[in-house]
Amino acid sequence: MGRIFNAVCRRARTRLLICMTDNSSSDALKRAFLVEKRVINALLLREVMTRYGRHNIGFLWLFVEPMIFTLGIVTLWSLFKANHGTEIPIAAFALTGYSSILLWRNMPGRCIHAIEPNMSLLYHRNVKVMDIYISRILLEFLGASMSFFVLSIIFIMVGLIQPPEDLAKVALGWIMLVWFGSSLALFVGTLSESSELVEKFWHPASYLIFPLSGAAFIVDILPAAAQPYVLLLPMVNGVELLRDGYFGSIMHAHYDVGYMATCCLVLTLLGVAQLRRIGREVIPE
Amino acid sequence: MIRLDNVSKSYKTGHGTREILKNNNITIEKHERIGILGRNGAGKSTLIRLISGAERPTTGQITREMTVSWPLAFGGAFQSSLTGLDNLRFICRIYGVPIEPRIPFVEEFTELGRYLREPVRTYSSGMRARLSFALSMVVEFDCFLIDEIVAVGDARFHEKCHIELFEKRADRAMIIVSHDSYYIRAHCHRAGVLHDGTVHMFDTVDGAFEFYDETRSKQG
Repeated sequence: MGRIFNAVCRRARTRLLICMTDNSSSDALKRAFLVEKRVINALLLREVMTRYGRHNIGFLWLFVEPMIFTLGIVTLWSLFKANHGTEIPIAAFALTGYSSILLWRNMPGRCIHAIEPNMSLLYHRNVKVMDIYISRILLEFLGASMSFFVLSIIFIMVGLIQPPEDLAKVALGWIMLVWFGSSLALFVGTLSESSELVEKFWHPASYLIFPLSGAAFIVDILPAAAQPYVLLLPMVNGVELLRDGYFGSIMHAHYDVGYMATCCLVLTLLGVAQLRRIGREVIPE
Repeated sequence: MIRLDNVSKSYKTGHGTREILKNNNITIEKHERIGILGRNGAGKSTLIRLISGAERPTTGQITREMTVSWPLAFGGAFQSSLTGLDNLRFICRIYGVPIEPRIPFVEEFTELGRYLREPVRTYSSGMRARLSFALSMVVEFDCFLIDEIVAVGDARFHEKCHIELFEKRADRAMIIVSHDSYYIRAHCHRAGVLHDGTVHMFDTVDGAFEFYDETRSKQG
């Protein structure tokens, strides 16, 4: 029995070792990619299980939760006929606005102090600090995107809103907002490992930026003098682009994709630099 | 083979940088079982973490030409809000091992019964130790890192661990860290002493123990 067991194990390990000692670089890259995929997948499923469990609707909460939020906002704003000074249908306005908030607010929120609860996982060599951030960001991305997508379909089907006028612009706007949310999340998240203050400041900051983020207004109704300043906030450009794609014919959108991309790039680089720093410093317990 | 070349590790603390490991050179061949002796706080666990790859050395290089396990017998590897089975799934996914074929072994080894489907936080420490060890046996490695394995569990558990490690996996390399002299004597081919941040390797376990006793009596 023991001998058979040993023989089986030896064969399995020989195969592993062959994989390990194969020096072809494209193979090495492919292998690294496979490991990465495996780890991210494992972390994603683990995160879903810890957050939502197997009770009632389980992982569906991932996007039902943001959907409830968005629906609530759409309802509230519709009831009070939120004054945004245009003829834009309120449902489409709230849907595009609140969905964008989900990205830039929840992603960083989930990434602040993300390492500590996952510290023990770092004992597994394949699990890197980066993987923890990637899996959390990916999960928020999936939740927010599903919510946005599903609500769009439902609203269009019941005739609450018109289908988007320019799908490519909607997609680009969403992608830019995702990039902004992800890079901000990486930066704020990794920074929070170095300083406790980050968390303290992030919460008030995210509340204060909310009214300025373009979710609840369109840039065009602002005084011309204020517009350039508001557009300094990267996400305002993203929301404007998203809305331009959705109902651009009834509004005049203001945005600068190049500027937003530059901001995201800088945030990404800062985040990666900080990630490298903490990657060296984090000590698995 | 695993080789450490001039491996040092220091940590930043509130009162400056502390060097825990200094210029360590160790080579572990296939099928070799070595023990590392050292007093509490000597840096044994740090050394194990470096070898496992969970942490990187500050300077120096570690070459691994065989697959190396994570440090065994440490209880923190799981998420306590998840079930034992979910933790098994996680380990299998990370290492790319099929899940279903491993369940019977874990069921049998842990004797957890229905508890395998309950959150780990409801387990006693003995149950956790059994689960932790079983999960470590789910992935086959060339080299196992064992950090104070004898600290937990009852005699029956020890015996089962013994069978899994030293009988079924007698052909593997192992690095055993302990301050339990009996354990090192019983299982290791040779041993080293971690003293003042550096591992002094000896060809025999007895040689290592002599040196260990010397350093201990010197420091009182």
